[in-house]
Amino acid sequence: MKEEFKVISKLIDEKSRVLDVGCGDGILMEYLSKNKVVDVRGLEISKEKVKKCLSNGLAVVEGNAEYDLKQFPDLSFDYVILSQTLQAFMSPENVIKDLLRVGKKVIVTIPNFGHWKIRVDLLFKGEMPITKNLPYEWYNTPNLHMCTIQDFYNFCNNKGINIFKTISLNGQKTSKITPSNLKYKNLISELGIFLLEK
Amino acid sequence: MSNFDKIKSITIKQPLKLDCGKEISNFPLAYETYGNLNEKKDNAILIFHALTGDQFASGVNPVTNKEGWWNYAVGPGKAFDTEKFFVICANVIGGCMGSYGPGTVDPKTNKPIGTNFPVITINDMVNAQYNLLDHFKIEKLFAVAGGSMGGMQVLQFVSNFPNKAKVALPIACTASHSAQNIAFNELGRQAIMSDINWKDGLYDGETSNPDKGLAVARMAAHITYLSKKGLQEKFGRNLQERSDLKFGFDADFQIESYLRYQGSVFVDRFDANSYLYITRAMDYFDLTKQYGGNLSKAFKESKTKFFIISFTSDWLYPTPENKDIVIALNAIGADVGFVEIKTDKGHDSFLLDVPDFLSTIKNYLSTTYLNVNERRI
Repeated sequence: MKEEFKVISKLIDEKSRVLDVGCGDGILMEYLSKNKVVDVRGLEISKEKVKKCLSNGLAVVEGNAEYDLKQFPDLSFDYVILSQTLQAFMSPENVIKDLLRVGKKVIVTIPNFGHWKIRVDLLFKGEMPITKNLPYEWYNTPNLHMCTIQDFYNFCNNKGINIFKTISLNGQKTSKITPSNLKYKNLISELGIFLLEK
Repeated sequence: MSNFDKIKSITIKQPLKLDCGKEISNFPLAYETYGNLNEKKDNAILIFHALTGDQFASGVNPVTNKEGWWNYAVGPGKAFDTEKFFVICANVIGGCMGSYGPGTVDPKTNKPIGTNFPVITINDMVNAQYNLLDHFKIEKLFAVAGGSMGGMQVLQFVSNFPNKAKVALPIACTASHSAQNIAFNELGRQAIMSDINWKDGLYDGETSNPDKGLAVARMAAHITYLSKKGLQEKFGRNLQERSDLKFGFDADFQIESYLRYQGSVFVDRFDANSYLYITRAMDYFDLTKQYGGNLSKAFKESKTKFFIISFTSDWLYPTPENKDIVIALNAIGADVGFVEIKTDKGHDSFLLDVPDFLSTIKNYLSTTYLNVNERRI
């Protein structure tokens, strides 16, 4: 999903230090390195993906964000990115807490479980929805904690986390999410991109 | 031993102050090189060998006529691609392949120095090898690399000379030798020192050698280089050229025969006193303590890119010890990559044909060479 990377890249200032948590193959890291003057690091759980990243010369450390974020000192990065991974953690709440500790700003993107197609699927088929962004069956999905844009918005408010910017992504289209259009955007967005600060 | 004439070496003239307090000067450091140093002199890689290695990382060792110890990794088109890079490898001081060590003959007595040789450390080894940069007029190495004790030398090198290597590859090593590893080394040393031919380290090296002790030391150490699963799969309870147990103490099992063989070939190429000195240097290695208990401080001045590798089945230098180095580097925002390679081959994995390991290094080095030399950074 290139569009998501473009949005993330725009949120990041030049000459900043960036940590991509769950960096996968390092596509976003490479995109950022090519398009910005940034110092970018990665943390990834899959050995295969870490090897791929290192083969491409990326500074990626094998590790599990639920345990291995601890090694990064407080506010040691200008931005910490968590792209479409939050739902896969055992404890998303603790991970978010750690992200906000390590990064001055945190960018979280979530596949939106509130999208109308998902709602329609569940309503009419009565089955767990399978979509482009969420291609798994209920019995083999790594996504333990699905949420909607509204859910995450509420979570941040309840936990006193500052939301600087919220962006909706629907196909190639991006738009701002504001408190007044939140209900509607929660219906039409495939992806929600949040810029957060403690 | 006339093949020793084929060994290249430099004589280090200026005095080197050792950690033990003694000073050495005018001593030989034997080395070998592979590939060519380019005009810009920006493609040099200094490789550090492990406990029983030497300068002959690749090709054929002219003294033993055996393959170089890192033949899988060093050579044309290999992980350390000698078509691209200029690889330098030196025999550590304390070693027995031409560098200054306990086997060096003292011209005054015409006998090997033996245990009159000073106790050396990883720090001393690295400081001696630093002279190779001057010898080749290399301002900055592209990389320093090594596994096991070689990895410890990598860590020490970067902390001693923070801006003399662009890339550091410590593999299957530790920043602080563990009690378990000291224990295994002590077992080996006791085996040597219990051999009647050791003679307090003053054996003449010609007519008598503590071969039995050294062979037992090697057998014990060899077990620690392999994994339980690897041993089980390779040998299991297979019998050695017999169909039944013989009810005696001959080598009934293949594993026994294998270890005996490993011990016997080792004594042909290695000096028992060198084994004592080098294992001692490993035991004394504690980079964390050198920096007042804070390993991060060892790398604070450095802009070196680190790539740390461990192996799943390595129980001698297990992943958590390698990860401690990663953690120390992350604590100061250093540029660090880390992967644990999945393999059943134990600590020895770094010396063996482990394709994942070798290809990742190869790709990392070639990409990083382009990144640091041709682009900005």
